[in-house]
Amino acid sequence: MILTKTIPDFATPVHVDQVGIEERASRFTKRSIKNETKINGLMLALNMIDLTTLEGKDTEGKVKQLCYKAQHLHDAYPGLPTVAAICVYPSMVKTAKTALGNSGIKVASVATAFPSGQAPRDIKIRDTKFAVQNGADEVDMVISRGKFLEGEYNFVFDEIAAIKEACGEARLKVILETGELVTYDKVRKASDIAMYAGADFIKTSTGKISPAATMPVTLVMLEAIRDFYYKTGKKIAMKPAGGISKSKLALHYLVMLNETLGEGWMNNEWFRFGASSLANDILMQLMKQKTGVYQSANYFTID
Amino acid sequence: MAKVAKKNTLKLKFDSARNLAPAPESKRAAKIDPQYDLFINGKFEKPVSKKYFATINPATEEKLSMIAEANTADVNKAVKSARTAYDKTWKKMPPAERAKYIYRIARMIQERAREFAIIETLDGGKPIRESRDFDVPTAANHFFYYAGWADKLEYAFPNRKTEPLGVAGQIIPWNFPLLMAAWKIAPALACGNTVVLKPAENTSLTALKLAEIIQEADLPPGVVNIITGAGATGAAIVNHADINKIAFTGSTEVGKIIQRAIAGTNKKATLELGGKAANIIFDDAPLDQAVEGVINGIFFNQGHVCCAGSRLYVQESVFAAVVRKLKDRLETLIVGDPMDKNTDIGAINSKAQLDIINKYIKIGQQEGAEMYQSSCAIPKKGFYCRPTIFTNVAQSNRIAQEEIFGPVLAIQSFRTDDEVIEKANNSPYGLSAGVWTDKGSKIFNLTTKLRAGVIWANTFNKFDPTSPFGGYKESGYGREGGLHGLSAYINLIK
Amino acid sequence: MAKALVEKKRLEVLKTYKIYIGGQFPRTESGRYYMATNSKGEYLANVCLGSRKDFRDAVVAARNAFGGWSGRAAFNRGQILYRIAEMLEGRKAQFIDELTRQDSNKVQAEKEVNLCIDRLIYYSGWCDKFQQLYSSVNPVASSHFNFSVPEPTGVVAAIAPQNDSLLGLVSVIAPIIAGGNTGIVLASATKPLCAVTFAEVLNSSDLPGGVVNILTGKVAELVTFFADHMDVNATVFCEADAATQKMIKEKSALNVKRVVLYDKVKWADETGQSPYFIMDFQEIKTTWHPIENIGGAKAGY
Repeated sequence: MILTKTIPDFATPVHVDQVGIEERASRFTKRSIKNETKINGLMLALNMIDLTTLEGKDTEGKVKQLCYKAQHLHDAYPGLPTVAAICVYPSMVKTAKTALGNSGIKVASVATAFPSGQAPRDIKIRDTKFAVQNGADEVDMVISRGKFLEGEYNFVFDEIAAIKEACGEARLKVILETGELVTYDKVRKASDIAMYAGADFIKTSTGKISPAATMPVTLVMLEAIRDFYYKTGKKIAMKPAGGISKSKLALHYLVMLNETLGEGWMNNEWFRFGASSLANDILMQLMKQKTGVYQSANYFTID
Repeated sequence: MAKVAKKNTLKLKFDSARNLAPAPESKRAAKIDPQYDLFINGKFEKPVSKKYFATINPATEEKLSMIAEANTADVNKAVKSARTAYDKTWKKMPPAERAKYIYRIARMIQERAREFAIIETLDGGKPIRESRDFDVPTAANHFFYYAGWADKLEYAFPNRKTEPLGVAGQIIPWNFPLLMAAWKIAPALACGNTVVLKPAENTSLTALKLAEIIQEADLPPGVVNIITGAGATGAAIVNHADINKIAFTGSTEVGKIIQRAIAGTNKKATLELGGKAANIIFDDAPLDQAVEGVINGIFFNQGHVCCAGSRLYVQESVFAAVVRKLKDRLETLIVGDPMDKNTDIGAINSKAQLDIINKYIKIGQQEGAEMYQSSCAIPKKGFYCRPTIFTNVAQSNRIAQEEIFGPVLAIQSFRTDDEVIEKANNSPYGLSAGVWTDKGSKIFNLTTKLRAGVIWANTFNKFDPTSPFGGYKESGYGREGGLHGLSAYINLIK
Repeated sequence: MAKALVEKKRLEVLKTYKIYIGGQFPRTESGRYYMATNSKGEYLANVCLGSRKDFRDAVVAARNAFGGWSGRAAFNRGQILYRIAEMLEGRKAQFIDELTRQDSNKVQAEKEVNLCIDRLIYYSGWCDKFQQLYSSVNPVASSHFNFSVPEPTGVVAAIAPQNDSLLGLVSVIAPIIAGGNTGIVLASATKPLCAVTFAEVLNSSDLPGGVVNILTGKVAELVTFFADHMDVNATVFCEADAATQKMIKEKSALNVKRVVLYDKVKWADETGQSPYFIMDFQEIKTTWHPIENIGGAKAGY
């Protein structure tokens, strides 16, 4: 089987109907996830988390705490998986890498003048290389939304391709910042550009702009991934980020993932949640399932 | 994509998406009596016929209850009670008071929504998600909508006054039992008529539950009479001399029989009959939403929908992509226990209907069409059919011409707008149609030229109490829903 | 000499009364005729005794004309109906003459023709207005734009009133075509002259061929085909003849035809015209389309 990656003409519109996609997305929330399906789903969601701290006030101490938490989510519940990755600024990559040691948890670094992306390309490339040289396994870049909205699709494409090259072995997550793209048509187009330009992941948001990830936006991106897969044979991973803080919502996302891309994507190589407070809510749900009693946040550590 | 290999063998796997832990709705939240009598003149009365028949759960083939079988004498009683109620009470009641009774029914359905949903699913086999999220709320909304018309009829018809017709005989099908009862009863009452309603013999329970509500709502006795039975009971209603109006929803075949039966009378009639809707996807359509619309169009309620989008026309340049997407989507549909909250496709309503569907599936294969079914497992007991699509279909194939009333889709490709309009209209039916394109001017070209009563553009199978529904050609005449639905139950006077 | 010529009785050229199908005036394919007479038994004309094959041909013509006529701008249909009225006005004398020969008196005849002209003007005006009265925008609960509009039923086969030979004919035809339908009309059997002449008016009024087809002949012979033809969408019958009404309704069930009975209408009355007659030949079509962002609309609010 030979599948080629003929690059489509991005000026040609791809249509997404807003009402239709939102209806479809809401259908996933009607699935009733119970018993073993629920426990398996919660475990999987936990294992898909990119535990994130992206604050100006981040310190090495804070990052170390987060890395400890990542490895000891809730010691009262033996047999829990770890999260997938820790997501930090480039300056914190070294700290995180050291703290995580050989736990198997990846270090992801945002780069390319995150979150605005308003910097010259050479600085973005240096930012990326700095992160990778410090040990980042994954790079979360932002696209130049201004250029994209101007219709400078080639610029956006070339920039992603350049960052991909700078990443070397690190996997590249391309953040579309869907809250700034506004329409689903544009989200779809940006997804296509990112995938054809070399993204390993496409990611919804920085978490700095509202709205961040939503189910319909994620669905548009999952459908783009599916079409890309059928055209090229290449799997692309997906990362919704921001706004997913409740385990029930995370389960809805997993239902959506499972019904859109199928079993092949149901692991943390191909799907991540970018979240900071989701882990504790999942832990509370798991403890509730285990003990039969509703839980209090006071019994789960905040790091 | 000229360089793409000839045969793309990539395939996504969805088995785990279908295998969710059971999430059954509880039967205990609904009360079903072992036996139901006829609701005549405000009371449940034993049938003169002394006969009862069993109603079963098509998902398990277990008996749910025994239902009274009304004979001609029972029909006579019901019509007499409706006539008396019309003459003595309902016709004379101030319209605003009529409205309040109808509002009351709407509210009581809302209060007992969960019970109605459970019974609807047990009796008819439709997924609980649909009964809960569609059938029951839409039925309540229908009463709520028409209640408000009762004292505003003067505004509905320019330069005319209205008067009720009298006694309406209403015969409804088994695919949306409660909802069809609401579609029939609500406008009839709002316009000042009284009613004798017969639900389909397979699915009488929710109509009888509605009778309980009507009783609780203190509606004057005889304004609504609900009698049960099969074709002979229906015929007795159609042929009753003291009925002024027949409202029928069901097959075109029976609709024609009714049209002939009342030919020598002054009975008015509205008929909502069969369909073979064309759903048309152009190459500039939002394809994933179109596919979702196609799925919803043909698999909603197991395809037991007169307006189901059972013929799919896809423009050639996107044909392969659409079929692939459809197949993937088919794999994610959960077929099985209708009471499970995750079920997308429940049980076929009856053994007889399953036989008809299977017959057509066989015909489709014999005609040379290529069949694709979901790989899902189906329960051993009960009446089930895998969601099925046919490609390589010719317009002349029976599966593309005849109403199957099941989860079976016939797909054809087309090249030009004119070609697809011609093919879409090439049917004795004209109930509904679907158009998928991003181009507004094309939508209006299509919606104008398609000869059907409901056109869904970039959507499908949407219903609303305010929105008139009904067919062209052999799909019947008259409208239900909205302002236009009032015409079915009034005489206009100068 | 010249005076003598004038005084000498001139031989009148008699008119051949033919049927009107697809914008042409053929003789009946059957070659049959019947002699129309007035109540005193006086010869009026030899009139085509239309056959079921004439009816069949007329249905084909009407079906072919339907797409074009229903697709015309409503305004344009209004203009054409107005043009028909103008033509009728211009040939008023001929109609009065024919009506008078068919047992009317001059005063009555003139009144009838005037009423016909006015009725055409009346329906001309409705062509682009009735849709506005009987359409609706339906406020559905979901994020969809939803509207219902009347659309023509299709091909209508009408048996014109047997007594009001001109007024009845015009009153039945006008609302059918005002609403964008095409039709086949069987003229009054006993008083067919005006119907044929009216066909000539139609033919000179920019009305596309096939929109109205007029046959002459016997009701009893043709009525069954008006009711059972599978490509006819609606049938009109105007007589209070219960047995025929029943037969029409029964046969119409073959393809779920709409049956419209006008046995109680008084055509000369003001109740003989109304937009509700147009609506008798209209279907309601409802269209749905999603609306983006209805709940979250920000711009402009």
